Amino acid sequence: MTVAILRQGDDLIASIQSDLSDREILTFRDELAERVGRERARGVIVDVSALDVIDSFVARSLQSLAAIVRLRGAEAVIVGIRPDVAIALVQFNLDLRPLKTALDLEEARAVLGRETLRGGVDGA
Amino acid sequence: MEHDVVVDITSDSDLVTARAEARALAARLGFSRTDATLVATAVSEIARNIVVHVGRGRIAMRLVREDRRHGLVAIATDEGPGIQDVEAALARGNAARGGLGLGLPGARRLMDEFEVTCGPERGTTVTMTKWRVLDELELLRERRRDAAGR
Repeated sequence: MTVAILRQGDDLIASIQSDLSDREILTFRDELAERVGRERARGVIVDVSALDVIDSFVARSLQSLAAIVRLRGAEAVIVGIRPDVAIALVQFNLDLRPLKTALDLEEARAVLGRETLRGGVDGA
Repeated sequence: MEHDVVVDITSDSDLVTARAEARALAARLGFSRTDATLVATAVSEIARNIVVHVGRGRIAMRLVREDRRHGLVAIATDEGPGIQDVEAALARGNAARGGLGLGLPGARRLMDEFEVTCGPERGTTVTMTKWRVLDELELLRERRRDAAGR
């Protein structure tokens, strides 16, 4: 299995285990959208630390994933973007501001927790 | 040619191979982790360009040696209809058409040299290079290697 999706409390934690083909990414996105409803998740944490490369397609897929999750009534946080991958994304000049990110799982939980308390979105 | 790596591109799953091969070659050639990631990302973009616009092509990667620097050159070739207006494609991509056109300008920003040529009838070749300046120790080794080769 290339992506493991686990439930923890109100959140789904999706860990990408290895590089994914375009098709696998879209399949993952669709499955996540479905499970958000089925499991009534409030937050979705996507761990991308296993991705060596985040190119424009992967980046846009993560953006659409976050937008879809939001439409399904939950909030998505991307965690584990590696430093070299972050540098590539910046040089690439992709606007990833709509994506909510955190350094690791702990921070992502804090981000989701804060939002639940405030009932809004940081920096929006 | 040295360290020749060729990846045939026929479907999106070949991009996974192309990325892994690009990263592995960059690491073998002594590039930093960051530069290896930049190269692998650029290779992924030009490979996707082939899959999306033409459907079939190949990417060849190899080492080029110059006096004080080594380069990793990646050459993507396809036999598609070519690009009508290369300058326009590089300037803005085809972002307006469904957002799939960031590939070429994005890849150009990640590499040191970048060139697109189209055949007279068909075909597109993208040639891109990332350079790494050799340190003193490597220069010494290079000179010994050259001397031994003569």
